[in-house]
Amino acid sequence: MKTLFNTTLSAVAAMIISFNATAGGAGVHLDPANTDINDEASLQRGAQSFMNYCSGCHSIELMRYNRIAKDLNISETDMANNLMFNAEKTGSTIFSSMPDDGAKEWFGTTPPDLSLTARARGTDWVYTYLKGFYADDSRPYGVNNHVLENASMPDVLWQLKQDKSERAFNQDVRDITNFLDYVAEPVKLIRYEIGVKVLGFLFILFILAYLLKKEYWKDVKYGKWRAKD
Amino acid sequence: MDNNKNWIDQRFPLTKVWNEHLAEYYTPRNFNFWYFFGSLAILVLVIQILTGVFLTMHFKPDAALAFASVEYIMRDVDWGWLIRYIHSTGASAFFVVIYLHMYRGLLYGSYKAPRELIWILGMVLYIALMAEAFMGYVLPWGQMSYWGAKVIINLFGSFPVIGDILLEFILGDYAVGDPALNRFFSLHVIALPLILVVLVFLHIVALHTVGSNNPDGVEIKKNKDADGIPKDGIPFHPYYSVKDIVGVVVFLMIFTSIVFFAPALGGYFLEAPNFVEANPLKTPDHIAPLWYLTPFYSVLRAIPPMFGSQLPGVLAMFAALLILVALPWLDRSKVKSIRYRSWPYKVALAIFVVTFIVLGWLGMQAVTPLYSLMAQIFTALYFAFFILMPWFTSIGETKPVPERTTEH
Repeated sequence: MKTLFNTTLSAVAAMIISFNATAGGAGVHLDPANTDINDEASLQRGAQSFMNYCSGCHSIELMRYNRIAKDLNISETDMANNLMFNAEKTGSTIFSSMPDDGAKEWFGTTPPDLSLTARARGTDWVYTYLKGFYADDSRPYGVNNHVLENASMPDVLWQLKQDKSERAFNQDVRDITNFLDYVAEPVKLIRYEIGVKVLGFLFILFILAYLLKKEYWKDVKYGKWRAKD
Repeated sequence: MDNNKNWIDQRFPLTKVWNEHLAEYYTPRNFNFWYFFGSLAILVLVIQILTGVFLTMHFKPDAALAFASVEYIMRDVDWGWLIRYIHSTGASAFFVVIYLHMYRGLLYGSYKAPRELIWILGMVLYIALMAEAFMGYVLPWGQMSYWGAKVIINLFGSFPVIGDILLEFILGDYAVGDPALNRFFSLHVIALPLILVVLVFLHIVALHTVGSNNPDGVEIKKNKDADGIPKDGIPFHPYYSVKDIVGVVVFLMIFTSIVFFAPALGGYFLEAPNFVEANPLKTPDHIAPLWYLTPFYSVLRAIPPMFGSQLPGVLAMFAALLILVALPWLDRSKVKSIRYRSWPYKVALAIFVVTFIVLGWLGMQAVTPLYSLMAQIFTALYFAFFILMPWFTSIGETKPVPERTTEH
């Protein structure tokens, strides 16, 4: 019985390990983004970069300005004065400033909404994609992308790449990626902390439940429900 | 208090039910780890119904609105994210618990006479649960919801003659779209939960009629004391109710760890492509159902189309499910518990466990020639477990079963 249980368990464990080994899948090599959702300064810089470089074309329409302000400790006034280019009210969701039909004409496609991109594709993808532009004269904007072949998007970060050190540029891209990771799941900021508290509570409850069980089961071991004959 | 009890008892068998099913329901004293999963399954069912009630308040069953309404729950509804994660984790947890519960049945022969009906009701429950989970999975209307629904529902189109009509009847349209989403919503929140609750009730009534099996496979009702109480029995309440609370708390610790620290569980509980809204014009690179359906999905893919029809694969998949129902009659062994079984059964069961897990793993992978071959081999092994069961359960030497439950 014990051996059977152990065999079952190790078979399952082996499966899980092989799942993880193959989960990456085929395709291009992705650089690790190494973002840190708890790094508030990084998220704030990311929000700023996003509004300056991305929000002209890309919406994050599942997100509201005031939610970002609240979550990232930016005052609503600062938000309204410095980061809101496309809306009047801080309660609005974040749309791009580009009309859809214009986008079709200028880029051949509507730029996708980025609310969930970091979740659907992963942060490593976003990070590598933003860094993955290279010169290619056959493309309308003179650039192509290693990660997404024939992307319609121009290299909007080219000036940062040119002006800054590689390290500083990588950090800028990491900040944007971090911000998009937050946008894809805003509760990521709080759920770990709540989780620790819930587990703490359950741990105490476990001790009480275990002691209660032990107390009752004394009857079964020594008391009135002890096996007779 | 006593007066109140009398007043109610004169009108409703409250005390009688309480005693018959809890305080004087005698349960074998020797339950082990594997016996937690029945009560845990009920716990998960309650969790799913409660969280489902609150999700239904905010969800929009409309192909144009469904996806955004789920994200609205995740972002704008107070604690909506928690309710949604509990519900999505609960779906997978339900199957983890049910698979362990069923494995317990295999370990200790819990399906054998006189408990055949409990097993059959359990199997119907399992199939209803699969339908419930599948339809719930379609509702967020992401890419995997949509394309998964398309793949699974199209299976019904493979039936000869009636296939097309059946498909149209199920979908309310010629393709997966708004009408399908709407009716899946209705089935997911009303029809199937009602069926599940009724089946759970019947499952328990049948169980309490014959009493629980136990790790020794000994019938405790054969040894009663002068008062007619089984000598190896203890009242379910308070002994197993307090023991089950410990199991519940441990389960909740694992469950909440996933909910709070890894709600997507690396793509096994929530798949990354499902965070992209359904797009009928863009087929995802790789379509796979969630992990709990993949063993049967593997069986489906293992059988090649014949005469230009998917039908053989579809029939094999349904056969893989339905053959479980026949288990009580395929097992010819005189003993119930693995502790006293002959070695051929132990070997066969070990192979079966590996087979089921490998099929589940293969069902998540993209098809390659090697994986197809593996799926065929393991599909054959899956069916061999059942077809050869009358043989391997009647050979080899079983150990003598004790008269009474043993202490461990």
